[in-house]
Amino acid sequence: MVVLVDKDTRVIIQGITGSQGTFHSESMLMYGTKIVAGVRAGKQGEEVNGIPVYDSVKAARDAQNANASVIFVPAPFAGDAALEAIAADLNPVVVITEHVPVFDEMRIIHAAKRKDITVIGPNTPGIITPSAKQKLGIMPGHVFSGGRVGLMSRSGTLTYEIAAGMTNAGIGISTAIGLGGDPCVGLTPIEAVDLFNKDSGTDAIVLVGEIGGDAEERAAAYIKDHVKKPAVAFIAGRTAPPGKRMGHAGAIISGSSGTAAAKIEAFTDAGVPVAEKPSDIAKLLKDVL
Amino acid sequence: MQTPPGGVAKTPEEAKKRAAEVGKPVVVKAQVLAGKRGKAGGVKFADTPEEAAKHAEEILKMKINNLPVKAVLVEEKLDIQQEIYAGITVDRNERKYVIIGSGAGGMSIEELAEESPEKIIKHHVEPDFGLQPFEAREIAIAMGFSGKNISTLAGFFLKLWEIVKAQDVELTEINPLILTADGRFLAADARLNIDDNALYKHKKLIESLKREPMEQNEREREATQEGMAYVELDGDIACICNGAGLTMATLDAVSLYGGKASTFLDLGGGSDAERVEKGIEIAMKYGKVKAILVNIMGGITRCDEVAKGIVAAKRDGDITVPLVIRMVGTNEEEGQEILRQAGIPFLKTMEDAAQKVVSLVEEGA
Repeated sequence: MVVLVDKDTRVIIQGITGSQGTFHSESMLMYGTKIVAGVRAGKQGEEVNGIPVYDSVKAARDAQNANASVIFVPAPFAGDAALEAIAADLNPVVVITEHVPVFDEMRIIHAAKRKDITVIGPNTPGIITPSAKQKLGIMPGHVFSGGRVGLMSRSGTLTYEIAAGMTNAGIGISTAIGLGGDPCVGLTPIEAVDLFNKDSGTDAIVLVGEIGGDAEERAAAYIKDHVKKPAVAFIAGRTAPPGKRMGHAGAIISGSSGTAAAKIEAFTDAGVPVAEKPSDIAKLLKDVL
Repeated sequence: MQTPPGGVAKTPEEAKKRAAEVGKPVVVKAQVLAGKRGKAGGVKFADTPEEAAKHAEEILKMKINNLPVKAVLVEEKLDIQQEIYAGITVDRNERKYVIIGSGAGGMSIEELAEESPEKIIKHHVEPDFGLQPFEAREIAIAMGFSGKNISTLAGFFLKLWEIVKAQDVELTEINPLILTADGRFLAADARLNIDDNALYKHKKLIESLKREPMEQNEREREATQEGMAYVELDGDIACICNGAGLTMATLDAVSLYGGKASTFLDLGGGSDAERVEKGIEIAMKYGKVKAILVNIMGGITRCDEVAKGIVAAKRDGDITVPLVIRMVGTNEEEGQEILRQAGIPFLKTMEDAAQKVVSLVEEGA
């Protein structure tokens, strides 16, 4: 088994006619993702990369029996697009779009919660299950190899860096989830840990965190109390100064909270070894597996 | 929202005039985009217009948090019965707005949390419904108010919530909110941060403020315009990477090998050659930079484009310090070939690259 996305996931691309949607739907198709439809109001009947386009999410879902969505719609309209996917009961809903207003994020997240739908992101590279050849996102598929380690991260390229290191060391991935770089995201680290903990196809968990907020501390406490599977972690931003947003909207040390030191301490306390540098993740995994 | 009577002054003479208009003892406050002004000496009381002018003169010469004070606010010194803290911000864990109130205002919320956490009242707002009047009253009651103060304070919170909603505020603090001896609630200070991602909805507001949304130096402004994330630090190694997490991890790796970063520069995803060259150009404008580390993990960014950008920057003479490159991922072979032909060396792991750049700076020192 794998987490959230498997071989039966049938994907809609919202915003498929835009440059991002067109580019990445092609890359997803090449990887093997089962994209069954695209959505762009007013363009029903057209095709993008051979994928039929529909006027609404409901029309696309009904015509193609879709059950998940990836959103490339520009930020001012991404909230509406996500609510449309949630209204159509698609699950998961992956919001790639960056710079979504925080109020929209809150609305999406709580609308999804009420229906038990998982929102991944916003501002995420997406989710990939290598063994099912399904990626719902923008990550380079070739750096992820199939296996039994669950990977979750708040960043994009740093995830690829760590995944590539694992692949080179012969360690495969069950599912990798980009949680998103914004302060408010749908799937939280605790929920992701819980999914991997329950997944029979996952033997160990890698958590890639960064400065800002206390989601890592919470995940560490959860692991300490509830998780028997081995876990290892990496935290980016050990040298980040307080009060500065380090690229991601959520990556900011406010006052004394959100520091890398506090997160590392929490993981260490929970018995989760923390890698000093990305390449050490593979070594730590070999120790615990 | 009611504020104490008074006005802004840019010169001591203006401050004197404002104080005379108020006709009562006043407080003179530095107007800068920084907190903790009182602690920095930027808030002073005056009984006469002459005294207000004197304080204004001193404060207008100050720098607070490195920002020059260009104006002061002169307003009525209130007959304070109680100082109250009122704020609304985003709770990242609940993914909801949270109303924060305390009957013990005046100090920072961090200090308040340490000194009397039991006096801080928090209430989460359902994003779909917004703050309800009964919730606002409950907050006022929990803060210890009674009688007609309950409805007045509840009304204040409802108004503050409307502002948050209408202006896409991600953080606002009214601290202190003053309850005067004659029963008025007056906002004596306010801080309001608008969500960067929602600024596109508030162009008119930004224009009316007649200033850039953020106070930035020239390099920061240029990087922002290019859509790059750029932060200046105290060290001497500029780290130019793609992706925020990777850039942070690169800074950390430099530190791990004994170096110090001068620059966090995240090019963002899918950069072409021109953008890479621009990033290098911006990084080189910062006087502290003694070496550049380019670390690219190609996903939607293509290594051949990155290589072309680096070659162009070299050719144009933009780079006058040692340069270390690590580049892997999409089109890495094409990219490495471009560098090879231009005689530019590169490395394959970020650890090797970080170690190398640190040693180059040490040799140069």
